[in-house]
Amino acid sequence: MSPSVALQEMIRAIRSARTQCEERGVIQRECAAIRAQFRQADNGGRSHNLAKLLYVHMLGYPAHFGQMECVRMIASPHYSEKRVGYLGAMMLLDEKQDASLLITNSIKNDLSHSNQYVQSLALCTLACMGSAEMCRDLAPEIDRLLRGTNSYIKKKAALCAVHIVRKVQDLGELFAPAARSLLSEKNHGVLYGAVVLITELCAWNPETLELFRKTVPDLVQIMKGLVISGYSPEHDVAGVSDPFLQVRILRLLRILGRNNEAASDAMNDLLAQVATNTDSTKTVGNAVLYETVLTVLDIKSESGLRILAVNILGRFLLNNDRNIRYIAMTCLQKIVGTDHNAVQRHRGTIVDCLKDQDASVKRRALELSLALVSASNIRSMMKELLLFLSSCPPDLRAEAGSGIFNAAERYAPSQRWHIDTILHVLTTAGGDMRDETVPNLIQLITNASELHCYTVHKLYRALLTDISQQPLVQVACWCIGEYGDLLLRGECQETEPVQVTEDDVLDALETVLQSHMSSPATRAFALTATMKLSTRITDNVDRIRSIVSIYGSCIDVELQQRAVEYNALFKKYDHMRAAVLERMPVIERNSPGHTNGVSVGEAVKEIQPAEVKQGLLQQNANQVCDLLDLLGGSEEPVQPSLAQSSTAPGMSVNTASTAGGDLLDLLGGLEPTPHAPAPTLTAYEKHGVTLTLSCEKQSDSGLTVTLTASNSTDSDISSFTLQAAVPKSVQLHMKAPSGDSLPARGTAKVTQMVVVNNPNKVKLKMRLRISYTRQGSAFQDTVQIDSFPEVSTAGH
Amino acid sequence: MIKAILIFNNHGKPRLIRFYQYFAEDMQQQIVRETFHLVSKRDDNVCNFLEGGSLIGGSDYKLIYRHYATLYFVFCVDSSESELGILDLIQVFVETLDKCFENVCELDLIFHMDKVHYILQEVVMGGMVLETNMNEIVAQVEVQNRMEKSEGGLSAAPARAVSAVKNMNLPEIPRNINIGDINIKVPSLSPF
Repeated sequence: MSPSVALQEMIRAIRSARTQCEERGVIQRECAAIRAQFRQADNGGRSHNLAKLLYVHMLGYPAHFGQMECVRMIASPHYSEKRVGYLGAMMLLDEKQDASLLITNSIKNDLSHSNQYVQSLALCTLACMGSAEMCRDLAPEIDRLLRGTNSYIKKKAALCAVHIVRKVQDLGELFAPAARSLLSEKNHGVLYGAVVLITELCAWNPETLELFRKTVPDLVQIMKGLVISGYSPEHDVAGVSDPFLQVRILRLLRILGRNNEAASDAMNDLLAQVATNTDSTKTVGNAVLYETVLTVLDIKSESGLRILAVNILGRFLLNNDRNIRYIAMTCLQKIVGTDHNAVQRHRGTIVDCLKDQDASVKRRALELSLALVSASNIRSMMKELLLFLSSCPPDLRAEAGSGIFNAAERYAPSQRWHIDTILHVLTTAGGDMRDETVPNLIQLITNASELHCYTVHKLYRALLTDISQQPLVQVACWCIGEYGDLLLRGECQETEPVQVTEDDVLDALETVLQSHMSSPATRAFALTATMKLSTRITDNVDRIRSIVSIYGSCIDVELQQRAVEYNALFKKYDHMRAAVLERMPVIERNSPGHTNGVSVGEAVKEIQPAEVKQGLLQQNANQVCDLLDLLGGSEEPVQPSLAQSSTAPGMSVNTASTAGGDLLDLLGGLEPTPHAPAPTLTAYEKHGVTLTLSCEKQSDSGLTVTLTASNSTDSDISSFTLQAAVPKSVQLHMKAPSGDSLPARGTAKVTQMVVVNNPNKVKLKMRLRISYTRQGSAFQDTVQIDSFPEVSTAGH
Repeated sequence: MIKAILIFNNHGKPRLIRFYQYFAEDMQQQIVRETFHLVSKRDDNVCNFLEGGSLIGGSDYKLIYRHYATLYFVFCVDSSESELGILDLIQVFVETLDKCFENVCELDLIFHMDKVHYILQEVVMGGMVLETNMNEIVAQVEVQNRMEKSEGGLSAAPARAVSAVKNMNLPEIPRNINIGDINIKVPSLSPF
């Protein structure tokens, strides 16, 4: 009996229910009837009951009581009942249920049934929910079917074998020979199944992969047949002959040709042919082309072919169809690591896709843009990315923000730019950023000491406009607390200064404290900042005292504790207040960061163990403002003892690190050098010009000194010359310098080698005269070096 | 591998759900709801690919969908399937349905859910694409349907007779017969 009639009546009844409650009632009645029917032993209308149950299951109602019925129906001799029974098994049963074991025997019998459709039902069910034990039991049967003659069964058996191999990898060997022989089939369905099976076998077992490499010529032959042959009506889809099979074969070729020269060579011609012959006006043609491109880029193809492939991708990117653009970007994402330059060529188009309306395209464009950021295009890319951030959908914000931070950290051309960028991100999308941005930004700010004034002005302005973005408010409060005196001074080189009074500043902080938009952490920041200001300002200390005492009875425990402690600072420990609240030292950074010349936090005064370094401490007298005594290229900086890091006000504490970039790795934090390079010493550092010196012992009395000069100011230096003088008994020979101009910002350096011969072993001293022209005016200076770092014998 | 095939209408009511990986029933319904939520927000001229929702399994899975009139056909696939290929597969599937049901519409899918499953079984098996040639699929489905009908045998006869009578077009029976001055009222017979 056809199951559909009763099913349709039930469906009609369910659809006519007007409310959810009515529907539930109808379904419950039907289920009760079905349950009753199931309990009756032999029933003519069994199949339609199960069909009804499956419909109910689709709507989301429980249907587990039908599991045993499925088992019974599968065992029935009638085809219609078997059909529904197997369908029920696939929908309701899975290997975790006990009932699934019971159908193993039925499947086994049905696999050898005389009717091919019954066989196909069994195969289908096994492929959908066969457990590992079932697969092991029935694998020989499947193998037998694979070698049979019925193509309908063979193609199903092939896919069933794929499922078996996925569940039980060892059985792959069993199917390998059969799979090999299936490749000579004419029937496309079987061929397709065979290709899928071989793909699966190669994925699990590298030896099988080797074995199947020999089939590459056969596969190439088949593909040629598909591509070149004329129109064949049964396989044609919009002008391409069986595109599904073509795509599958291309995928298999990709796996076989990966990392293998011989196989890749065999495929080159074919891939070129497919790439040129396939019609790309329809989606099917594009699907084949796309697969070809992926294959070409993945195997060891010749360069002409690779260029062709990237060009095809470029064409895809310009296509109007968004689907094509999406997949082109997916492909470019895969190759951006290996063929970076090729992808860079399409940067413009990719950046345009950021503005597309489609969210999927935007997501792909964002990932690709972040991968394409490099030192040369950082400024323009960042502009685009920031524009994108202000208009992007909310689920992409966090990703965009963190990507921007990473890119800024790696490629920032200057600290000011870096700080500006981060501030911009915080103002646009601060709420979606992760928590570690606040400490990172604070650390960045402390390290850019010359920008403190600028930073605090900017942050103050931002705070006045908007206090809803928590990370921004936290950083702003911290800065105002720390550098409030710079703000009140009212002068700033880098930006328009703001005339603020102490009251204004305290008002701003109080607004943050009282606002209901502020999170508890933000309020804690604000309270601490208010307290810090008590040492930085002069007039309104009483106001601060009153604020702090109010919060001594605040409900929030954290705030209350802080307020009480600060109160104590005012009352009992007033003598310690100034010391406790003074400026914080530069925070050390643990992660390596920078590829540019501007270092962060590496300006560390290291107390070097004795050795040769005592002499160098004299350098303090010579305007060398910090000792970058990274003797032997030490790595992650030793704990800083930093209290006096502000010795050179107005001069960036890190200029010395720009020198010696190529000769000697002073910034050991980036690439820890395992060996000890020649020690260096900063001989001279003034007005942005830095001269470092390194020595290498050539012989008992001979020494080669390499002088490296660099320029960290904003203007170029020309006619840079060095003259040297040594004590009488020492012989000096200066080699030609590498050049005489020092471009701005340390982009290039000048080196000069000086060979010194000291046969009498007198104490070596050298006087250097430095002369150069900058901005039209000439400079001259002299520096004396009294002791040279020797190459130490014992490592560091 | 295809993880799931979902067909639902513009209001989110499921018309066919097929999972090739085991999920508990309430999980299945939740996935349908979430997918509907994601897919219904999409404009009509954007691309047909969506990154999957959190429930259906993470970063490797994509949703590839097509919108036909009142129905969404959604295939959830992983990276081993070609995206454009799956788009074409959806097209093949819909064309096959069209051929089997003669101008298929949503009601056909509603009332013949089991038949749609059988057709789908010929196209996708165990999460893998089985056959893409439309004529082949249709031919096989027809043979199987015929087998099922022929198996009906004796027990099917009364049902078939009943349905045959129901579909018979009987002429309208007059309710009132007026012949001269005799007035006969014809009682209404209950329908079969």
